[in-house]
Amino acid sequence: MLSIKNLHANIEGKEILKGINLEVKAGEVHAIMGPNGSGKSSLASVLAGRENYEVTEGEVWLDGKNLLDMKPEVRAREGVFLAFQYPVEIPGVSNINFLRTALSEIRTHRELPQLSAKEFLKMTKEKQALVEFEAKLANRSLNQGFSGGEKKRNEVFQLAMLEPKLSILDETDSGLDIDALRIVSNGINKLRSPDNAFILITHYQRLLEYIVPDFVHVLYNGQIVRSGTKELALELEEKGYDWLKEEFHGSESINKI
Amino acid sequence: MEKDDLMLEQLANREYEFGFVTAIDMDISEVGLNEDTVRFISAKKNEPQWLLDWRMKGFKAFQKQEMPHWQNFKMPEIDFQSISYYAAPKQQAKYASLDEVDPELLRTFEKLGIPMSEQKQLAGVAVDVVFDSVSVTTTYKKHLNELGIIFCSISDAVKDHPELIQKYLGSVVPHTDNVFASLNTAVFSDGSFVYIPKGVRCPMELSTYFRINAENTGQFERTLIIADEDSYVSYLEGCTAPMRDENQLHAAVVELIAMKGAEIKYSTVQNWYPGDKEGKGGIFNFVTKRGACRGERAKISWTQVETGSAITWKYPSILLQGDYSSGEFYSVAVTNNMQIADTGTKIHHIGAHTKSRIISKGISAGQGQNSYRGLVQMGAKAAYARNFTQCDSLLIGDRCGAHTFPYIESKNNTATIEHEATTSKIGEDQVFYLNQRGIDAEQAIALIVNGYAKDVLNQLPMEFAVEAQKLLSLTLEGSVG
Ligand SMILES: Nc1ncnc2c1ncn2[C@@H]1O[C@H](COP(=O)(O)OP(=O)(O)OP(=O)(O)O)[C@@H](O)[C@H]1O
Ligand SMILES: [Mg+2]
Repeated sequence: MLSIKNLHANIEGKEILKGINLEVKAGEVHAIMGPNGSGKSSLASVLAGRENYEVTEGEVWLDGKNLLDMKPEVRAREGVFLAFQYPVEIPGVSNINFLRTALSEIRTHRELPQLSAKEFLKMTKEKQALVEFEAKLANRSLNQGFSGGEKKRNEVFQLAMLEPKLSILDETDSGLDIDALRIVSNGINKLRSPDNAFILITHYQRLLEYIVPDFVHVLYNGQIVRSGTKELALELEEKGYDWLKEEFHGSESINKI
Repeated sequence: MEKDDLMLEQLANREYEFGFVTAIDMDISEVGLNEDTVRFISAKKNEPQWLLDWRMKGFKAFQKQEMPHWQNFKMPEIDFQSISYYAAPKQQAKYASLDEVDPELLRTFEKLGIPMSEQKQLAGVAVDVVFDSVSVTTTYKKHLNELGIIFCSISDAVKDHPELIQKYLGSVVPHTDNVFASLNTAVFSDGSFVYIPKGVRCPMELSTYFRINAENTGQFERTLIIADEDSYVSYLEGCTAPMRDENQLHAAVVELIAMKGAEIKYSTVQNWYPGDKEGKGGIFNFVTKRGACRGERAKISWTQVETGSAITWKYPSILLQGDYSSGEFYSVAVTNNMQIADTGTKIHHIGAHTKSRIISKGISAGQGQNSYRGLVQMGAKAAYARNFTQCDSLLIGDRCGAHTFPYIESKNNTATIEHEATTSKIGEDQVFYLNQRGIDAEQAIALIVNGYAKDVLNQLPMEFAVEAQKLLSLTLEGSVG
């Protein structure tokens, strides 16, 4: 489904992604971990098409289409969804109207019939239930005055509504209380299908107990330095990142010889 | 920042949608302004002597007055001698039915989306159209007549209801008020007149569309609305103009009078031609609007959505004379490209326990300059009067400007005045967030702007709110790539 080849990207002239390679197949869940500032959100931003990142090298393909050639809204319509680490507030724009607009754009692009008001409402109710998202929040202005956890839950509610192919969740677990984490994880598990895929960016092994990943990758200094299965996450929990950093810098110095 | 620049680039490329000229035979006076011009207009309209006398007083006042100098932009040179002060479609008779109206004119109305059809009657809108200077047709008069409501052109009112006109015309905005109001007094062409009798609730929205069509003409319409005791009326005003390289002057006067317990809601969607992206052409919109709450518990509210004009200079104000009377001012003003808006309100709290509320939302894009100018005055007798003002500015890009000039004068220490102000920018991260949900940048801006202006748009009657929303989006269309 997603194929990232030797991806390099700069922000404000500084190289942040330094040759990322990643293959994600339909039906898979990949976890990306890594220390603060290693480039996880940057990778998510580049995939979503944020314009302040400049791709200097590499390719990204989504089901045979060149993702890097598409505008951000086209990527979204093609099925890329990013649950933001820091969702923005948009005053005066009602959550539900915004979703209606978004869904209508996406369905037009996918050549699906538009939903009637009734169908839309029905779908809203179902998806709200899935992540136990409070109806009163759906009618408020988009994220305005939402608590940290409410914002995160809203991201997953939107994910459920828009039915993407590839979902990238950037630290959606941080800020959620213990119950919310379980609820949201269950919701995501229900949304998993053989046709879609998830990339979970997280710092905590705990999330991966709820949503069991097929692969775990460690991003460090703009590169994937280690890939494994869910056992890798346990190992990281135990040992931290230092051993990987050392290994990485060791190999780097060997390369220099 | 790069994205902002792109946004600006595209904003500047947006074109005016209503810029067509209608080929209709016009009866136009020669350019220039002197006593004979005033006599000519009055004679053309078969006016009584008292009205000509009043026009003359206005003309004399005009000659003595200076252009205002306090606004936040350089007053353009306006050559009052190069304007024609009277233009009317030649076919002047009033039409009993729409079939008799010049089809070219009807096509114009169609292009304007003017609600002239049966459907509109169902929607409950009565329309008076002022095309250049003459009121062309008024529909649904009959139904209103039965309730004793008068809704007609000022010219007709002069003939049919001279006592009302003589009593109230100029009673809120005197002929000496300011240079543009004096000019209007001297040369006003036509406009609308509304009278709602005691205790009557007007069952439909009353609405007028204005359009400047002829070249080198100005438009000087005059509106007078009187709501007698315990009556209610909601009135809508819309306007457009064709694209022209020269600037055209629009100097209207609107007077509202609300008696004891009466309520007037006056809504405007102003979409005069704003000029091109270099600032060539466009309407100079210098308008005097004022309402008086003459009796106890009277209420006046102004709602305006100002998207057009090269320059907008306009301060719809309210005199709160009756005790417990209240006034509201809701405004959205958008300036794009080289547009300038200097707009706001003046509220004079004269009676006790009077209340006012001001919500102003400025939106600047391109190199547009947007100023809010407001005065809240608490008089010596305005015991326990209250005002709340909220004044927000939204910037799109970084070449535009937003300014606020709130003035407060209080002679009463039991009065309370609250003022809140914010300035914000449409963030690249907000636009990106919406993009990431499949919404393109243009629609994203429209959503954000409409969200921002919601408190004001909500004040408009439903039908108009939708139109105003579209207009806001249209004004900012092409804003991002
Ligand atoms: N606009 C910017 N200008 C300059 N540097 C930036 C900008 N945005 C991100 N960076 C830098 O890019 C690097 C990667 O940041 P990124 O947000 O991708 O890290 P992360 O792995 O998501 O970290 P965290 O775990 O803390 O969320 C950091 O060093 C950060 O400071
Ligand atoms: Mg991050």
